[in-house]
Amino acid sequence: MGNILILIDAPIFTLQLLIDGILIGAVFALAAYGMALVWGVMKIINFAQGEFVILGGFVAYWTCGFGINPFLSIPIAGLVLFAIGWVLYRLIITRIVEGDLFISILATFGISILLQQLMNQLFGADVQTVESGLGTWFLFNDRITVLQVKVVAFGIALCLGLVLSLYMKKARLGQAIRATAQDSRAARILGIDTDRVYGATFALNAAICGVLGALVSMTWVVQPFMGLAYTVRSFMIVIVAGIGNVFGVILAGLGLGAAENFAGFILGAEFQTAFVFSLLVLILLWRNSLLRLQRRYLQ
Amino acid sequence: MSDSLLEVDGVTKRFGGVVANDNISLLVPEGGIVGLIGPNGSGKTTLFSSIVGYHPVDSGTIRFGGREITKLRVPQIARMGLLRTFQQTRIYREMTGVQNMQISVSQSSLSLRQMFSKSPPDVIERADHLLSFVGLFSKRNLLAGDLSFGQQKLLEFAMALMNEPKLLLLDEPTAGINPTLINGLIDRLLRSNAELGITLLVIEHNMRAIMRLAKHIYCLAHGQLLTAGTPDEIQNDPRVIDAYLGGS
Amino acid sequence: MSSVWKYVAYSGVIAISVVAPWALPAYQTQLAFLWVMVLLALTWDLVGGQMGYTSFGNIVFFGLGMYVTAVVQRNMHFGIEEYVHVAGAVETLTPQEYITGLFVGLGASGIAGVVLAGILGACLLATGMRGQYFGICTLGLGIAAGELASGWEYIGAGSGLVTPVFPEGLGQRGLFFYYIFFLLTLMLFLTLGWLYSGHFGLAINAIRDDEDKAEAMGIHTTRYKIIAWCLSAFFLSVAGGGVGHLVGFIDPTEVAFAGATFGVWMILMAILGGKGTLWGPVIGAVIFHFTQELFWTYLFGWQRVVMGAFIVGIVVFFPRGIMGWAGDRWPERFGHRTTG
Repeated sequence: MGNILILIDAPIFTLQLLIDGILIGAVFALAAYGMALVWGVMKIINFAQGEFVILGGFVAYWTCGFGINPFLSIPIAGLVLFAIGWVLYRLIITRIVEGDLFISILATFGISILLQQLMNQLFGADVQTVESGLGTWFLFNDRITVLQVKVVAFGIALCLGLVLSLYMKKARLGQAIRATAQDSRAARILGIDTDRVYGATFALNAAICGVLGALVSMTWVVQPFMGLAYTVRSFMIVIVAGIGNVFGVILAGLGLGAAENFAGFILGAEFQTAFVFSLLVLILLWRNSLLRLQRRYLQ
Repeated sequence: MSDSLLEVDGVTKRFGGVVANDNISLLVPEGGIVGLIGPNGSGKTTLFSSIVGYHPVDSGTIRFGGREITKLRVPQIARMGLLRTFQQTRIYREMTGVQNMQISVSQSSLSLRQMFSKSPPDVIERADHLLSFVGLFSKRNLLAGDLSFGQQKLLEFAMALMNEPKLLLLDEPTAGINPTLINGLIDRLLRSNAELGITLLVIEHNMRAIMRLAKHIYCLAHGQLLTAGTPDEIQNDPRVIDAYLGGS
Repeated sequence: MSSVWKYVAYSGVIAISVVAPWALPAYQTQLAFLWVMVLLALTWDLVGGQMGYTSFGNIVFFGLGMYVTAVVQRNMHFGIEEYVHVAGAVETLTPQEYITGLFVGLGASGIAGVVLAGILGACLLATGMRGQYFGICTLGLGIAAGELASGWEYIGAGSGLVTPVFPEGLGQRGLFFYYIFFLLTLMLFLTLGWLYSGHFGLAINAIRDDEDKAEAMGIHTTRYKIIAWCLSAFFLSVAGGGVGHLVGFIDPTEVAFAGATFGVWMILMAILGGKGTLWGPVIGAVIFHFTQELFWTYLFGWQRVVMGAFIVGIVVFFPRGIMGWAGDRWPERFGHRTTG
C-alpha cells in the first residue's frame, strides 16, 4: 500500500483528492435526491437513474457537436430528459406504480439496459467529454489544481438542490408531490390527480439527471456503461441518509465522492468501480444488521 | 401461578413517543379461553405481537409453559407451540387450501427425510379432516388467494389447528364474517378448546361473541390494563362502558 | 395431462435431446449453450421464482466455477503462470489429463459454489435481507466480483485466462460438452422436480407467498433459503466450469461474471417461460436462445437494444409468462382448479 505512504508524506495530495471528491460529490448528492424523490413518491427504485444521467451527458455532447455553447447544453439536456422521462412514465412506469416490487425492479432495470445499449449503438462505446472552455486554478504553489468547471458544476448542483427544496415547499405541484408521498390514497381523496403527480415526479427526476449528466460530461467523461455506477451511488446515499433527509443526502454525497476518490488513489484506478459496488454490499449488510436488532427487515 | 400457560408480567412497548403497551400483566390458564377487549388503539394487537416475539419489548417478561420467551424470536416461539392469527388474515395465496394445510404441520420435530419427501397420507387425512371441520373441504383445491375473505379467515384458523399449538392467539376472529356464520365460528372455537385442548387468547370487538367464548376477560384502554374479570363483571363495569363510549 | 401422454412427451424430449447434436453437427456448440441457458433459468427460478428471492447476482457462482475449474485443472498439470496471458498456442494435454483435470476441476467448482453460497447465505439470508434490498445487494456482489477478478493477477486480471485446448482423440468439442451440459441440466431438472413435489417445494413457496406468516408458523425459513441457494450455486458453478472450457477463454467481465448479459438473461428466461413453474424456465430458455440467435444474425449490435426492450415488455405486459398464461387459459390442464 505504497500509495497510502504518499498521502502521509505529502499531505497536499490528500487535500487534492478531498477537493476533487467533494466537487463531484455534489453531483452524486443531487442524483440521490432525484432517486429519493421517485422512491418516496412512487415507491419505485429507479434502476435507470444512472442511465438518465449518462444520457443527459450524451445529449450535451451531441448538442455541443453543433457548436452550441456547452453551458446552454445544460438546460437543453434537462428539457430533453424531462420529455424522455415523461414518455417513459406514460408508456411503462404508469403500469407498475403501486404494483409488485419485483416487477418494478425489473422494469426499471430493463429500461436501464435498453438505454445503455441504445447509447452504445448511437454514440459508440468510447468515453466522451465536452470541452467547457474554462481554465484551471492553481493553488498552494501549483501543487493543487482545481478545474474551474468542476467548481461551476458544484455550484450549479447545489443551486439546483436549493431551488428544488424551495419548489417542494412552496409551489403547488411541489406540495402535491409531498402530499402524495406521505399518503397517496389520502391525496387522491383530497382531489390530487396522483397519476399526474407521479408523471411529473418521474419527469422531474429525469430532468435533474439530465442536468447533472451535462455537468458530468463537462467535468469528467461519459460512457454508455457508466450508468450503473451512478445508480448504485445514488442508492447508497439514499440508504445511508434516508429518504426525507436533504441535509444528510448532501453530506453523504460529498462523503461518497471523497471516499471514492481516496479509494481510487490508494487501491488503484482499476479498483475504483469494485470499491463502489463493494461499498454498496457493505452498506446494505450494515443497515440490515442494524434493523435486525429491532427485528425489522430491509425489504 | 404454576398452571398458567402464559404469564405476561409488566410488559411495556413504546413506538417512538407513543406508549402502546404500558406495564401490562395477564395470565392465561392452561386449557382456558381468555378474552382481550378494548377500544381501537388500546394496544391489543401490539400486545399480541410482543408475546409472539414479532418485536422486542422495552420491559417486562413473558413466560410460556414456564419458560421465559421474552427474548426469543417468532419462529422459535411458534415451534414451542404458541401461534397467532392476524387481523388482516394471512395465508399463502398462491398455494391451494390443502397445500396451505400441508405446510402448516408442526415444524418443531421435522426430520431431514420429512423435509424433502411428500406429505404422508395421515397428514393429508388430517388436513382434509380439519378443512371439513371449518367447512372448507369442498374448496380445498382452490388457490387460497381466490377464496373469499371469510373463507380465508377459516383457512387461517384451520392452518393454526393443523400446527397443533398449545396456545393460540386469535386476533378478531369474527371481524368481517357474515353475522349468520359467527355463531358457527364460535362453536368451532369452543370445540377446538374442548376437544383438541387448545388454550385460546382472543381479541374481539364483538361483545356477544366474546361473552360466549371467554371465561375471563381483560380490558385494555390507552395502552393500559383497565380491568379484568368474568364476562358478567366486565359487562357491568362502568369503566369498560366508558372506555368504549367515551372515545379516546 | 394424463400419465401416458406425459411419459410419451418426456421420452420424446429425451430422445430428441440425445440425437440432436448428431443430426445437426454444425450447431453442436449452440445446442450445448442451449442446455446452459436452461440451467441458468432453472437455477434462478429455484431461488427467484419458487422462493421469491430475486437474485441479480447468481452469476457470481457461475464465474467462480469457471475460474476454479480452470485453476485446478491447470495446477494439476502445469504451473498457472503459463496460461495466464493470452499468448498464442499453449501446451496441450493428453485426453486423460484433460478429462481427469476437467472433472476434478468441476467437482472443486461445485464445492466452491456451495461454500460461497453458504457464506453469502449466512450474511444475507440468515440475517433477513429480503426483497429489493436482496436484489440490489446481489447485483452489487455480481458486479464487484467481476471487477475484483479483473484486478487479480493470479487469474489473469483484465486479460483473462485461457483454458486448455481440447485435445485430439476426444471427438468434437461441441459434442463432448453438449452431453456434459445435457446430463448436468437433466440432473438439475429431475432434482427440482422431486424437490418441488414434496415438503421442500411447499416450504419455499410459503416463503415466497408470505415469509412473515411462514415464520409465524414455525417454518425454518433460514434453513430452506440457504439450502435452495446452495443448490443453485452448485449447479451454476459446475456449469460455469464447463462453459469456461467450451469457450476456451475466460474474461472476467464479459464471460465469467457477465452480469449484464447472462446475469440478466437468466431472469428474463424464467419470467418469459413462467416463473415458479418447473417447465416455465425450460420453455423460456429455449425460446430465448433461439430468438437470440436469430436476432444476432439479423440485428447485430441492435440485438442488445431489442433485448432491453424485450425485458421491459415481458415484465410489464406479460409477467406471468407462458406457463402462467397457459395456467390461466386452461386451468384444469396447467394451472389450478377454479371450481371445487
